[in-house]
Order: sequence, then C-alpha cells, then structure tokens
Amino acid sequence: MAAALVNVPAKAKRGAVIEIKTLMSHVMETGYRHTAAGEVVPRDIITSFICRFNGTEIFRADLFPAIAANPFLSFFTTASESGRFEFEWIGDNGFVANATASITVE
Amino acid sequence: MMRRALFVLALLGAALPAAAGEIAPSERRSGYDFMSSDTKAMQDDDTANPGMLSVLDGDTLWNTKAGAANKSCSDCHGDVSVSMKGATARYPAFNATSATPIDLGQRVNLCRTQHQEAAPLAPESSELLALTALIAKQSRGMPIIAGDDARLATSIARGRELFFQREGQLNIACSNCHDDNADRHLAGSAITQGQPTGYPIYRLEWQGMGSLQRRIRGCMTGVRAQAFDFDAADMIALELYLMSRAHGMKMDAPAVRP
Amino acid sequence: MDSMFAPSHLSRRHLLQLGTLAAAGALPLITVRPAQATPAMLASAIRNLVGEANIKVGKIRLDIPPLVENGNTVPMTVSVDHPMTPESYVKSIHVFNEKNPQPNVASFHLSPAAGRAQVATRIRLADTQKVVAIAKLSDGSFWSATVDIIVTLAACTEEMP
Repeated sequence: MAAALVNVPAKAKRGAVIEIKTLMSHVMETGYRHTAAGEVVPRDIITSFICRFNGTEIFRADLFPAIAANPFLSFFTTASESGRFEFEWIGDNGFVANATASITVE
Repeated sequence: MMRRALFVLALLGAALPAAAGEIAPSERRSGYDFMSSDTKAMQDDDTANPGMLSVLDGDTLWNTKAGAANKSCSDCHGDVSVSMKGATARYPAFNATSATPIDLGQRVNLCRTQHQEAAPLAPESSELLALTALIAKQSRGMPIIAGDDARLATSIARGRELFFQREGQLNIACSNCHDDNADRHLAGSAITQGQPTGYPIYRLEWQGMGSLQRRIRGCMTGVRAQAFDFDAADMIALELYLMSRAHGMKMDAPAVRP
Repeated sequence: MDSMFAPSHLSRRHLLQLGTLAAAGALPLITVRPAQATPAMLASAIRNLVGEANIKVGKIRLDIPPLVENGNTVPMTVSVDHPMTPESYVKSIHVFNEKNPQPNVASFHLSPAAGRAQVATRIRLADTQKVVAIAKLSDGSFWSATVDIIVTLAACTEEMP
C-alpha cells in the first residue's frame, strides 16, 4: 500500500499563488541502520519527486536519506489556467507512485 | 549502554520530589498540550498529519473483502463515519463472551476471525494500525467514556494497581512519572500525564504509527521492566485504567506525538 | 534501534546521556562519535554545487525550530526573498547538513511559475548541528543561510516492535 495525500485547492483565481501539499507513505530507510544481528538494513528511499501541470514540470525535488519517513513536501505555483497536476514519486527498488489533482482557475 | 542510559533516568528520578499525588480532573492535559507549536501544526492539518496516511489505508481495508466469508467491514458496518462514531471512546470495552475487557485492536480481530473467517491481524501490523486509526478518527472531539460499564470495575482496579506498582530495575511506577512529575522534563522531553487521547498515534520518534500497547511497552522497557506481552490481560487492564483516568477528555486520534 | 543514522553498537542518545553523566560529575566524559559527515564533507558538497562561484549570505531564509522535539522528524521551511519572473527567478534551493552520515538533505528545482520560492519538508538530524541552505538564482548567483539546531532526544527508548 502506498497511500498518498495531496492537497491542491479545487478553485483559484487566475494569477493567485497557491500552496500544494503532498504526503507520501514510505519508510525512507536510510541504509545506515543495523539490525540487532549487526547486518546493515539496505537503503530504501524515495529519491525524486516531480510535479507537472498540464504536462509541464513545475517542481522537482531530489531527496536523500535525511528526509524523514513518509515524505512531506509543500511548495507553491501560480494558478494560470484550469488543468491537472500530476505527482510522481520515484525511489529505490523500482518504487514508483503517482497521484493527480485538478484545479479550476477562474 | 542501555544500562548507562537508564542510570541517568534513575538519577533524575532520585532528584525529583516524590508522590505529588493523582492529577485532579480539572488539571488533566492531553499530550497535545505539551507539544511544540510545530508538532501541533503537524497534527492539526489533515493533509500534513502522517497519521492520515494510515487512516487512508484503513479506509481501503474497511471496504476490502477478506476471509472465507468474503466480507468487508463495510458489508456489516456500512459507512465507518456513521457506524464507528464514538466507538473508540468506549474502548477497552466489556466482551460478554470472554467476560473480559478487550481493546479496539482485539475487537477488530474478533470481527476478522468470527465474521470474516480470516486470520487475525498481528499486533502493530500496518493493517491493524490502519483499521484502528480509521475507527479512532471517528471519535475525534468526543469525550472518553471507557470504563463506564460496571462490569469493568475489577479490571479498572487491576489497571490502577499496576499504574501505582513500582517495577523494573529502576523500581518506579507509572505514577511516579505521569502523576507525580508530569509537568517536568526527562532530558529534553516533556514527561506528560500519559493521557491516551490520541491512539493509535504517529510518533515522530518511531516515524510511524503505534498503539497504546506499544507506547506502554516502551515505558516498561524504559524502566527496565519485563514489558507485558501484546494483548496480555494486565496490558488491557492498564489500557482500561488509563482510559478511565482520562474520562471526559476529548479524543484527538490519530494524534502526532514526539 | 534509536537514531535512524546510528550504528547499532553506539547511538547519539547514549553519547548524550554519557555527556549528561559527565556534566553531573558521575563519570568521565567519553568522546566517541559515530560515523558522520564532517564539516569537510559539507564544504565539499557545497563546492560541488557552486563550483568556484562566490556564495553571498542573505536572501534565503531557513526556518527550523531551534530546539526540535525529535531529530527523526524535524519540520523545515526554506524560502527565498526574490521575485519569480521569467527574467529573474530562483532556479534551485539546496539544503545541506553538517553531521548526518552524508551532507545532502534535499534539492528543490523551481520554475518562474512557482510564484513564491518557498518549500517545506521534514528532515532527520542525527545530532545537534548546522544546517545550510543555498539558493541558485537565474543570474547564476548563489545565496546562503546557516542555522544551528539543537536536537533533543526522546527520554525512553524501546526495543524494535
């Protein structure tokens, strides 16, 4: 289960600067921990997050083991036209998760 | 190294005043009150509270058919926001079949084994935490009423006894921290009153969800006592006492705690 | 297992508590440190980003609670006081730390359409340390901010569930 929470205003006035908040379910295992038996717990993190609006990339983040579990990201964008945000999280071991949200710009 | 860490705890304990007594109902404060404004903000915003990811998973599970009976929770209980409203504020509750109190996780597992004919979910499994988080959220803002049932009196008394019983190599009781010194700090952390208003919680230390049982086990390990097994009768009794001690306080699950 | 970064045999928590004991005169101070990024690694990571360019202090702001409740999950907001227009904007924001096992925390790539150069996330800090944020503007200039963070530790540990 890779649950994602995405918060985008459903409506905005043209030209308004809006906040986008995302929360992704992921352990973000650092690769620096050991089990009780002394074995390294292999790294398993999200390495990259991309937000596109109507197909164009508007925000990208490169993440490292220092990002806390269940990565939270908040960022801003200018509401220019109605359309669809696409969110993509990419990580170790082939991890890929996606979410979308729509906005109506008036 | 654990020994050294706990030795500090013992030193601190020795320096603190003993037996300030039980907390008056008007003086009770949720763990939320002890948190920094940043952590409060994390809990208050449902799109920033990581516990909501677990609630979201719970919502999926609620509607997923399971077991030989091929039934989902919703097949019997319908809309969780209606059927489970206030349920968590009553737990642990008396179970007539076993004539014992059971907590919410045990109630979920009874449904699984009896009605879904599925294997019970393991304690602290992400599935059990997700379902209990979803159910607990439906009691947000409602007063805790667990323990009102007269049939629970013996178990509450047992839980109270455990709360005041010194234990472990540090030889301290729950009450020594959470009644007597609740307004103080242990190293950088607020001790708090141990009011279980928000379980299951998302704990920053764990970077994940955990039940009240897990939290209690953490305390017991901290005083170098043998922690109760998950779902042990004494564990449920202590949970029940803690909930009855918080009688009337408002639920805030899924809470965020440091 | 306590810190997300600590090796199993020695954690920052125990080091701190040893320190507490030493302060109380109960034990001599033992200065053993787990593997962590050294300031030299921090400097080198920053150099990789900026090359030979000069880094100016200012424009960028790093908000982290000065006394965090748990180093495993620390709220952080970084913002740059600069317009976001196609002609002049903040291209990227990079966050580094001094003492985690590796110096990089995150990099954020913005476009002029962002409207506001502000990003919030939650980070891990294995110890009390410096955190550095650097903004790269579209004119090629770099701006930095540094904050000192005190990481407090949870009082009671537990076995892994």
